[in-house]
Amino acid sequence: MNYRMVFGLTGKIITTEAALLLLPAIIALYFGETKSLFAYLIAAAIAAVIGLFLVLCFKAKNKEIYAGEGFVSVALSWIFLSIFGCFGFMISGDIPNFFDAFFETVSGFTTTGASILTDVESVSKSNLFWRSFTHWIGGMGILVFVMAIIPSNAKGTMHAMRAEMPGPIIGKLVPRVSDTAKILYLIYMVLTGVEIVLLYVGGMPLFESVVHSFGTAGTGGFSVKNDGLASYSPYSQWVITVFMLIFGVNFNIYYLLLIKRIRAVLQSIELWFYIVVVLLATTAITVNIFSIYGNLSESLRQSAFQVASIMTTTGFSTTDFNLWPGLSKTILLVLMFLGGCAGSTAGGIKVSRAVLLLKLIARELRRLLHPRSVSHVRFEGKKVEEETLQNVSVYFAIYMVCVVAVLLLISFEPFDLETTLSSTVACFNNVGPGFAGVGPASNYSAYSSFSKAVLSFAMLLGRLEIFPLIIALSPATWSRKRR
Amino acid sequence: MIIIKIAVVGCGKIGTSIIENLTSEGHDVTAVDINNDLVSSCVDLYDCMGVCGSGTDCDTLVECGAGSCNLFVAVTGSDEFNMLSCFMAKQLGAEHTIARIRNPEYNDKNLTFMRERLGLSMSLNPEMLAAGAIFDNLKLPGAVGIETFSRRRFEMIQLNIKEGSSLDGMSLINMRKSYKAKFLVCVVKRGEEVVVPDGNFVLKSGDRVAITASPYEIEKLLKLLDLTGKKAKNVMILGASRTAFYLAQMLLKSGNAVKVIDEDKQRLEEFCEHLPGIVAIEGDGAKQEVLLEEGIGNMDAFTSLTGIDEENILLSLFAMTQNVKKVVAKIDRDEFSSLAEKIGIESHVSPRKIVADIIVRYARGLENSMGNKMETLYKIMDGKAEVMEFRVTSESDVTGITLKDITLKKNILIAGIVRNRKTIIPTGDDSIQVGDMVIVLAAGVRINDITDIIK
Repeated sequence: MNYRMVFGLTGKIITTEAALLLLPAIIALYFGETKSLFAYLIAAAIAAVIGLFLVLCFKAKNKEIYAGEGFVSVALSWIFLSIFGCFGFMISGDIPNFFDAFFETVSGFTTTGASILTDVESVSKSNLFWRSFTHWIGGMGILVFVMAIIPSNAKGTMHAMRAEMPGPIIGKLVPRVSDTAKILYLIYMVLTGVEIVLLYVGGMPLFESVVHSFGTAGTGGFSVKNDGLASYSPYSQWVITVFMLIFGVNFNIYYLLLIKRIRAVLQSIELWFYIVVVLLATTAITVNIFSIYGNLSESLRQSAFQVASIMTTTGFSTTDFNLWPGLSKTILLVLMFLGGCAGSTAGGIKVSRAVLLLKLIARELRRLLHPRSVSHVRFEGKKVEEETLQNVSVYFAIYMVCVVAVLLLISFEPFDLETTLSSTVACFNNVGPGFAGVGPASNYSAYSSFSKAVLSFAMLLGRLEIFPLIIALSPATWSRKRR
Repeated sequence: MIIIKIAVVGCGKIGTSIIENLTSEGHDVTAVDINNDLVSSCVDLYDCMGVCGSGTDCDTLVECGAGSCNLFVAVTGSDEFNMLSCFMAKQLGAEHTIARIRNPEYNDKNLTFMRERLGLSMSLNPEMLAAGAIFDNLKLPGAVGIETFSRRRFEMIQLNIKEGSSLDGMSLINMRKSYKAKFLVCVVKRGEEVVVPDGNFVLKSGDRVAITASPYEIEKLLKLLDLTGKKAKNVMILGASRTAFYLAQMLLKSGNAVKVIDEDKQRLEEFCEHLPGIVAIEGDGAKQEVLLEEGIGNMDAFTSLTGIDEENILLSLFAMTQNVKKVVAKIDRDEFSSLAEKIGIESHVSPRKIVADIIVRYARGLENSMGNKMETLYKIMDGKAEVMEFRVTSESDVTGITLKDITLKKNILIAGIVRNRKTIIPTGDDSIQVGDMVIVLAAGVRINDITDIIK
């Protein structure tokens, strides 16, 4: 293990966070929130000191990193990122408890959007901004961000990028990692900017447009109102619906559109599957809830918004879908597991993995029927390597094991099954709101500190797709004998 | 800076080495190979893109951007494949194409014809290049390495200063005074450090120095240093590889006796057919008895050219114990060459490195298409220093001014000027003129054009 490189990289990321922590400080200055200004300046100072200390102490001579280093540095970065990100909440006094603040920050960075705040409207503007800004940064990934801005001649940075980006197959758009990162962030920024403008034009105040756009872009879901997005105009709700769906699509698609390879876009199985699932789910729920709202436009809007919000694992809500009939709730629960496309900012198992799993099932059935048959699994017009397929099936297994483990730990709370199950699923898949006790109208404040810590960990597991954290925490990685 | 787009077909030993060097130069590189494992290991290790597919498949070529790339390099094991791949890439719109063509049948007078017809910018023959480097090495037994410029009008040799050598503890000013030859000590490697020395620099044993001069002056200097040794007359080559074929050809032409040892009878018969006068021995070269029987102790030079680095290193060591004066080993892997140096194998040649240097030079030339042409580039001292040769074709800030009036960047040295076939070891009173060939040494600084040398 190249410890110097791992800690050096972690240091770089903490230093970057220190710089980012100055943004809420500026917001605090603008809105005249002295307490928060003070809090964020201190938080930035702490992060800067520790980050620079790590950078200066761990200057690596050997700049090569391998898969192991990639996983561990990503896991460590995200853990430290969440720890240093919560000081602002604590010092400003809005969220004084460490576990609460940590939960809120992890929920931000992992783009979950699960909150422990009972009265969001009383929280200072700078804290609200930072909360949503963590969504924006966490959505595309902080390591990708660092790679885009800091030139690096380190070898094997692809390992780090692969560990942070969600999905089974991670490729580069252009030959160099740093250029790829730049292109991704550029697409991300432009899309976010367009959404801010569209919301602002539609009558939403600027601050709220920015915050909600951050929440949509990262597919996070923190809102600044107690009733979510229910009070906004249908226009704003439709804009957010469309943008949630846009951010749930693999970003490679946008790059292909940019370089005008329309045919490749149209041939993307993942994109079609995603679109079909959204359409089917929306139709089914519209029909199912028609009797509640009484008119088509209202039911369609509510259904489309909730489907987009849950499927892309954003977690915004315009209504309390906890009161919907069982069928609608079940569809939403299934969508929570499915999640968005690989290479997007969404969480969940990912559409591409689901497609591959279905194809694997089909192949296995064929194999049982024709034991001598030779066949490949094809995806996006290419043969999928056996290793990738194995990784996908193992991922699914380990995913189920982790979900069950978290579920058991959360069951110690005195809540009903629906609450326990949906809170686990919603946190693990980075959705945010669940059903019953953790539905859109409620929040996670009722949980004990222990459960909050477990759920925070679950959110990190979901965002980083399990492997990095497990590898970073396993003793074999750190022992000198077996490296 | 202009970014050069490059596609490399074939991710074998040569291909990976090219990719490694080009990515570290900051170019946009796409690696193409039919073997997915090779491609993914390239993508993991180096900052490049990977495409899995055949280099002669049009779809693959389009996918790897052959149509819009500045440089297309095909270095798979098959000559015909490389030619076809380059030809197709050229037709698709690649600006420059380079193919590896190593079969002796192609590398004769017909090569120019084929190159023109296929639209190749350059053909590479790693085996022939390696053979050339070994040949140069055998010519000067006293030096551990030799690089040539301007069609051998100018040379750079590398020497290891041994304990008890007359150079041990001598300053460069004194060295110049005591050895009355026109030469220049360009760069010294001490431990891991590489320095461009000034006159007060004192040499120590264990240093490796690079000296530039004309071939005549170099011979004179080596004679004065008592390092000439006997010129190799009897050469033993182990392994009837392609490199061995080219080397034997060169050695026979210059009147040496060559003995080749290999197990493969068929290969040896081919050697005998094409190279009259060669002594071909069928036997396992890894067996010491065979080597002893064939009189390794009486050889002036021994070179091991099998395809296995380990074997080459071990048998070179054995040859050294038998008091063969000059031993050259072919070592492909970088990590082995530094190990080999540690255990005393001073002269070694790596085909990968030679090819990578040429491609890097070519890519830099593309980057600097407007300026003065870079003719040669060698990376020396573990890649820590570069020697480049520029053809000065236009007036600029560096031409027509005496060198003492030019402020050079740190760690840069003008190592020599070739003007009208005459070599000049530059002093402060010389100047660079249009039409000169200028040899520049840079340690840790990247230079694309001769004008990059000034601050």
